[in-house]
Amino acid sequence: MIGLVDCNNFYASCERVFDPRLEGRPLGVMSNNDGCVIARSNELKALGIEMGTPVFQLQQLVREGRIHLLSSNYELYGDMSTRVREVLEEFSAGVEPYSIDEMFVRFDGFDRNSMLTLSRTLHRNVRKFTGIPVCVGVAPTRTLAKLANRAAKKRPEFKGVCVLEPEDVGTQRLLEDTPLSDVWGVGRRLVERLALQGMRTAWDLRQADPQAIRQRYSVVLERTVLELRGTPCLEMNDVDEARQRIMTSRSFGRMTGELSELQDAIRQHAQRGAEKLRQQGSLTRAVMIFLKSNRHRPDLPQYSPSTIVELTAPTSDTRDILAAAREGLESIFLRGYRFMKAGVMLLDLVDQPREQLSLLDNEEDIARRERSRQLMATLDTMNQKMGRGTVRLGVARPDAAWQLRCAHRSARYTTRWQELKQLR
Amino acid sequence: MTTSAAIASHETLACPHPAPERCALPHPTVTSRAGISGFPSPAEDYAGRTLDLNERLIKRPAATFFMTVAGDSMEGYGIYPGDTLVVDRSIDARPGHIVVALVEGEVVVKRYELIGQRPYLCSGNAMYPPVAIFDLECQVWGVVRSVIHEYAV
Repeated sequence: MIGLVDCNNFYASCERVFDPRLEGRPLGVMSNNDGCVIARSNELKALGIEMGTPVFQLQQLVREGRIHLLSSNYELYGDMSTRVREVLEEFSAGVEPYSIDEMFVRFDGFDRNSMLTLSRTLHRNVRKFTGIPVCVGVAPTRTLAKLANRAAKKRPEFKGVCVLEPEDVGTQRLLEDTPLSDVWGVGRRLVERLALQGMRTAWDLRQADPQAIRQRYSVVLERTVLELRGTPCLEMNDVDEARQRIMTSRSFGRMTGELSELQDAIRQHAQRGAEKLRQQGSLTRAVMIFLKSNRHRPDLPQYSPSTIVELTAPTSDTRDILAAAREGLESIFLRGYRFMKAGVMLLDLVDQPREQLSLLDNEEDIARRERSRQLMATLDTMNQKMGRGTVRLGVARPDAAWQLRCAHRSARYTTRWQELKQLR
Repeated sequence: MTTSAAIASHETLACPHPAPERCALPHPTVTSRAGISGFPSPAEDYAGRTLDLNERLIKRPAATFFMTVAGDSMEGYGIYPGDTLVVDRSIDARPGHIVVALVEGEVVVKRYELIGQRPYLCSGNAMYPPVAIFDLECQVWGVVRSVIHEYAV
């Protein structure tokens, strides 16, 4: 069995752990430079404020005290994410971050009958130990675990935990109630094409003939059908969904403690991530870098750090992403540990056109961006034609970063001595 | 680790939060020399052992948070303004524990006690009377495991 643990309104929840007055209030977190809303509490969603709403449109509500907006505090979010992961690691050696607020947890070898009890403990402990509320979905496959998680989140009767057995009646009903667009890996275009064949729900897709699906659509969709039936055949990076985050990571062939080798790996992941980012026409606002030591080697010292580096402006330029990734790696690397995995996650993606909203832009920025766009387009074309990795960037651009605007950032409660929470 | 130049220019950007670095107290090196009698030194078994404050003070890192004391309400319990609290969320609060609690939107540090079967948050300062919490909105945030008091030196 595999579990998907998803933090509820993660950024807002991180803020609320240390500032209980924000509890129950409409709370939003702004992108770097306080440009637009990138995370919303349920109360803010209920007011009909969309993701990506420019902050200037909300100033009136802020002034009236009807909503609260905070600058993003990635240092805090990154640390809280690590804590959530650490709590999960007490239960399973196989915890894989899927995004900053979602993690897959492997339960291989656990008794299936005890899954519900275990999941409830997990659910309770993460909340208690870190203060972050989560939902837990457990099923034999990733695709079903995703759906289980969604059910756990949307349906109060599950109380945040849902364990799906593929052959249960309840599972059928749940799949019948799930539109295709909510199935992991089924994008908007596929939904339209499948609708032409009369398929509307996850159950319809599950009932389809896998081979026919492969011939008509793709191997990937065939795997989704099998996964819906309870046969695991997807790994984390297989699914090409319209993503809000891009994750590239891989285990090394052998463990390494060499900074230069880690740099190579991180550089490769960052470049691959940047390519994917441009393919889907998005920009990223922050880069998360993580390393994992080998949990199966208790004889070796364990160290699985991660960090987030904010970008000064949303970008899809490989050079910016590389510079951030490199900086992040250097800040968490410690000598004397051997790592078996490294990864790069691009966070808080926006659609390309939205960057035009930046009011701070001058002509120089626009020209620089156009040059960057052309360079990246050339890079991608060459790599497509002549094979991945034909043209690569070896040296990151030294970027004299100007100060980020973060006027409304909360304290970095967990990572700075000067900013600890004060108690009376 | 980052070079000092990189730290300076990226102070606002980089957010290193590695696992606590081993930071042990200096300890006398034990040279294992056989005694005059030819017996091995009894200190031999302890060679290389170091004392790590993290290990002593922090039982569950994922659930441990540091907080700072402001105000004099806990002086009677030996907790002074400016002290650093080691707060562990994984512990269930019992009477007698020093707790970090959420009381009507405020975060406070108090001693959790039962007075006549009823729960109270008590200050260690006669100026502040115990706060009855049975009719307040109150939640325990975490339990204080230790207090670090630093002297001006």
